Amino acid sequence: MDALVPLFDALLGALLLWLAWQSIFAADLFRAVVSFMIFGLLMALAWVRLEAPDIALAEAAIGAGVTGALLLSALGRLPRERYAEAAQHILSHSYWLLFWAPVVLLAWFLWSLEAAPPSPPGLGEMVAIHQPAAGVDNPVTAVLLAFRALDTLLEIGVLLLGSLAIWSLGPSPWSTGPAMPSPALPAMARALFPAFVLVSVYLLWRGSHAPGGAFPAGAVMGAGGVLMLLAGARPWLTGGEQGPWRWLLTLGLGTMLVVASVTQFAGYVFFQYPSDWSGRLITLLELAAGLSIALLLFALYLGGQPPVRWRDRGWQ
Amino acid sequence: MTFYLLLATALFLMALYGVFASRHLLRRILALNVMSTAVFLWLVTVARAAPGLDPVPHAMVLTGIVVTVSTTAVAVVLVVRLRASHRRHDLP
Amino acid sequence: MSLVEWLGLLMVLFGLPFFFLGTVGLLRFPDVYTRLHALAKGDNVGLGLVCLGLGLQSGSLAMTLKLLLIWILMLIASATGVGLIARTALSRGVRPWGL
Repeated sequence: MDALVPLFDALLGALLLWLAWQSIFAADLFRAVVSFMIFGLLMALAWVRLEAPDIALAEAAIGAGVTGALLLSALGRLPRERYAEAAQHILSHSYWLLFWAPVVLLAWFLWSLEAAPPSPPGLGEMVAIHQPAAGVDNPVTAVLLAFRALDTLLEIGVLLLGSLAIWSLGPSPWSTGPAMPSPALPAMARALFPAFVLVSVYLLWRGSHAPGGAFPAGAVMGAGGVLMLLAGARPWLTGGEQGPWRWLLTLGLGTMLVVASVTQFAGYVFFQYPSDWSGRLITLLELAAGLSIALLLFALYLGGQPPVRWRDRGWQ
Repeated sequence: MTFYLLLATALFLMALYGVFASRHLLRRILALNVMSTAVFLWLVTVARAAPGLDPVPHAMVLTGIVVTVSTTAVAVVLVVRLRASHRRHDLP
Repeated sequence: MSLVEWLGLLMVLFGLPFFFLGTVGLLRFPDVYTRLHALAKGDNVGLGLVCLGLGLQSGSLAMTLKLLLIWILMLIASATGVGLIARTALSRGVRPWGL
């Protein structure tokens, strides 16, 4: 049976290379975007092969789901270019240096890895030693929300900044959406949305002891929101200044900042949790971050400030 | 392990060429996404050389995926706005 | 291997030709409607057999039910997707082959 594993790897690698080639160099942009979405799905498989199930979950929901929906919606807004023009690939001479410098660097890197493979223990042992203090069983969650919580704080900051930048560019270009050709999509979305909620709550709960957590949970929930929007639902997220939206979008960042500052005033270091409270604080932060990530991904997909009142659009 | 390193290197170089050589901005965004995936693949694969599972690169890659989607969203919206206001999809 | 595991293996092997034929249909049929027909029918049956076979091989009821849930979700998604593609093609004036 073990002889099949390299074969599987080789097949997966060849498919990934071919799909990446298609998504960068295909003559048709639609084909390129669809290739990229399949590339994301197969990358999730590769992450499972590399024993990184947390990344696989996030890649499948974000890399293939949210990014794919975003690119497809953008493609719908761009007029179809003539193929020859769209597929133009020109590399001017000055770029060749920029291209070859990383090539040489990578070759040297690979060679040095072959010559002297990295033998240090990495940070795995350190995490394993200190993990009981964090109060969660999943090492990835412990790193994300206890040991390197500052990274996570800044990352949610980047998400918030991204949606802020997008809202400031004007109203959402696809808030009206296409006419629905079939009643099947709204029916399916209504039937499946509870499943999205259930899966993301499950992932959030699971995150403390197994692969899962705020990121995959938020990604699944955000993808569910995008599906509902595509199916013609009128989201209650509006661009009005009144209402809970701005608060909910900043909930993750705000909660993390509050927790970090309160512990600092209580005599600990910034983002150091009292060890008795660690597990509960991490659960609280995960809940806030998961909700915020879901809404922020949805806001990113909107591509602009949502209207104050959504227009009705059913299927035709 | 070497296989996945070589795969990541090939993906990275392909995407690098794509970023430099494509005219259409949406293609450049796609190439950038492929490139970031290649970098994540490098990171996780190299971390596997150490005995035991190192969760720190996994957390970094999770963070990186979310940051990539935010930058992609902003870039895509900018391309759509550029097309609407200037009738072009490439940079001068 | 026990009888149940052999049965599981047999089901997986029995499911594979459906995928193969669905893909042949996708590549060789003349227009979008017949292609969708081949793909949706073939792949759904193939996936059902593979899921059932893997569930039997796993030997746990919870895993079998999870795999069946995946199959049901896939059925719903593929039915909706195929319907959407076909209706969009029809409304854009793609004529069915032979009409």
